[in-house]
Amino acid sequence: MRRRRTLRARWPAAIAALPLLASALAGCGSSSSGGPVTMNWYNFPDDSGALQQAAERCSHASKGQYQIRYNKLPRTADGQRQQLVRRLAAHDAGVDIMGLDVTWPAEFAEAGWVREWTGALKARATADTLKAAVQTATWKDRLYAVPYNSNTQLLWYRDDLVPVPPKSWAEMLAQADALAKAGKPHYVEIQGAQYEGLTVWFNTLVTSAGGSILTPDAQAPSLGAPAVVAAGIMRATARSAAADPSLSNQMEDENRLAMESGTAAFELNYPFVYPSMKANQPKLFQHFRWAPYPGVTAGRPATVTIGGIDLAVGAYSKHPDLAFQATLCLRNRDNQLTNALKGGLPPSLRSLYQAAELTKSYPFAADVLNALDTASVRPRTPAYQNVSIALAHTLSPPAGIQPESTVSDLRGQIEDALGSKGLIP
Amino acid sequence: MSTSAKAAAGHGRAELSEGARQERRLGLLLCAPAVIVMVAVTAYPIAYAVYLSLQRYDLRFPAQAKWVGFGNYGAVLSSPFWWQALWVTALITVVSVAIELVLGMALALVMHRAVFGRGTVRTAVLIPYGIVTVVAAYSWQYAWTPGTGYLAALLPAGSAPLTDQWQAIGLIILAEVWKTTPFMALLLLAGLALVPGETVRAAMVDGATFWQRLRLVILPLMKPAILVALLFRTLDAFRIFDNIYVLTGGSNDTGSVSILGYDNLFTALNLGIGSAISMLIFLCVAVLAFIFIKIFGAAAPGGEPERR
Repeated sequence: MRRRRTLRARWPAAIAALPLLASALAGCGSSSSGGPVTMNWYNFPDDSGALQQAAERCSHASKGQYQIRYNKLPRTADGQRQQLVRRLAAHDAGVDIMGLDVTWPAEFAEAGWVREWTGALKARATADTLKAAVQTATWKDRLYAVPYNSNTQLLWYRDDLVPVPPKSWAEMLAQADALAKAGKPHYVEIQGAQYEGLTVWFNTLVTSAGGSILTPDAQAPSLGAPAVVAAGIMRATARSAAADPSLSNQMEDENRLAMESGTAAFELNYPFVYPSMKANQPKLFQHFRWAPYPGVTAGRPATVTIGGIDLAVGAYSKHPDLAFQATLCLRNRDNQLTNALKGGLPPSLRSLYQAAELTKSYPFAADVLNALDTASVRPRTPAYQNVSIALAHTLSPPAGIQPESTVSDLRGQIEDALGSKGLIP
Repeated sequence: MSTSAKAAAGHGRAELSEGARQERRLGLLLCAPAVIVMVAVTAYPIAYAVYLSLQRYDLRFPAQAKWVGFGNYGAVLSSPFWWQALWVTALITVVSVAIELVLGMALALVMHRAVFGRGTVRTAVLIPYGIVTVVAAYSWQYAWTPGTGYLAALLPAGSAPLTDQWQAIGLIILAEVWKTTPFMALLLLAGLALVPGETVRAAMVDGATFWQRLRLVILPLMKPAILVALLFRTLDAFRIFDNIYVLTGGSNDTGSVSILGYDNLFTALNLGIGSAISMLIFLCVAVLAFIFIKIFGAAAPGGEPERR
């Protein structure tokens, strides 16, 4: 009785709130429940309004089939994962569409929390999409999510200090050293704190040296000589003049601030630093340039780690078919363009990188696309979280790395993490 | 000797009169509802945690749960992370409770002897305790972060105290002390009220100085209240979580055992290991309580020797 009253009370409110849908509702009495299905979309919190706009556009385009509600997850990646995991472990039917960090699809797929994309849906999901981005959403040769936005790092530098951008780490450290001797700003800004960013740095270096953290079947650590080279570069950077004094505590935003304060000559960071520099330091901005991420060995371009968000359909959703359709709409060309322009996140559709609207505010679009085309993927395993925590813990602080013994420590810890044995720090 | 005493006690028990037995039954019946509620809300979760701690259980793969006996306890106790966290927790507990006891005693004396503005003094002292811990922790965190905080601005440029192990532990202790000293003071104030005024005046007449009165008269009479205050605060401090979670998140080896348990439960989703850590924390707390009662003996609440 009470339940019916609240339901009845909800319809006028819903219709009043959605004048756009009112006519569609009136004309479409044939659907069983008599109104649009509510589609819950859980994704990272977006302050630009791009995600909310996409949700409204797609709800409208569905012609009354569904109404997407954008639910903001916590700010930190760990917080986002915890909330999704708690809901999914409890078989929450209210999770229809979710935004997963590119490192989670393997875990969620193995746990049976997300639906597989097959047939025509899969074809639509992968058309024109960056290859590395599709890889992040793939687990055991099946597609479990569709790339939403991508992300990758470039080398940002000041051309008043560095006339020719370095091609390799050795070259960059030598340039920083020369700048230091000349008494000029010389720091290399990189993420050295004990967190995911440190794992990203290591992954980029290991793959750039031709190796990988895990074997292709993700059953064991691979590491080997390329990992020793990578660990050696991290140590050398941390112990050279290039190292910022607070390197071991720096994350992306501290790097951005240091570059904007004028103490650094180089910065390895995501494209969000560009509009920020433009807004905060117009003077430095005139000398703010970008180049591809430096390689490990000269002549071999770096394979930079890909980041971003993949959208997945919840296994316990009551309306999976509509959820697949809604997901494809949310990541369509128009919505990705809005997200790139408003939210500043690089799209996952290749063709967008040639769009004039994008290149106007993203002068570095071609370099980002180039980096994404050759990007490396972080280890794909359901135990990724444990592997990454072990990596970051062992590699921190970078100045304390002893390449040979650190890599052999890593081997044991990764084996434990893959077997979900032992504790995480 | 002891066996005969026991036998006598058993004998005496069997000889309860009919009335006494009925009274007993009524008593049991009357407390049954409370016992049932207690069992439902505390015993069941504890038992379930024990059950989980004996399994290899990953939240992601419930179907693969496996009985491993005490394997999880072995894994925790042989891990350097556990000992590191335990050592940090013990350090924070001992230092913060010691400082709180001294400061709390001073505040209690002030509150006790304040002649005018008593209400104002007591309210002012209690303000930190009234602020939500997480809110207070965030304000400390901002204050100590370079760029956003007024306290960090007082330090030499380039120093980020929350990112160094020792400095961060010091700041965690500071936040704890600031937050819970009023609680300590309140408990001690209650104990202070128990000290008869005439005893203190008599000591005064005998020519005892302030320190002598405090050491030889007031403190011994306050012993039960001090014990309760120390016991409460030690157990609370040992389970510290919110301040660390906000201030450092446990990075740079500043995590307590509760942070370790949380990370293993909610980030690693390892219910087996996480429950084993929780059980070990529970055991540590039980041991602490036991030690307190043993040391302070009869002064402990409920620890008085049987008189009947």
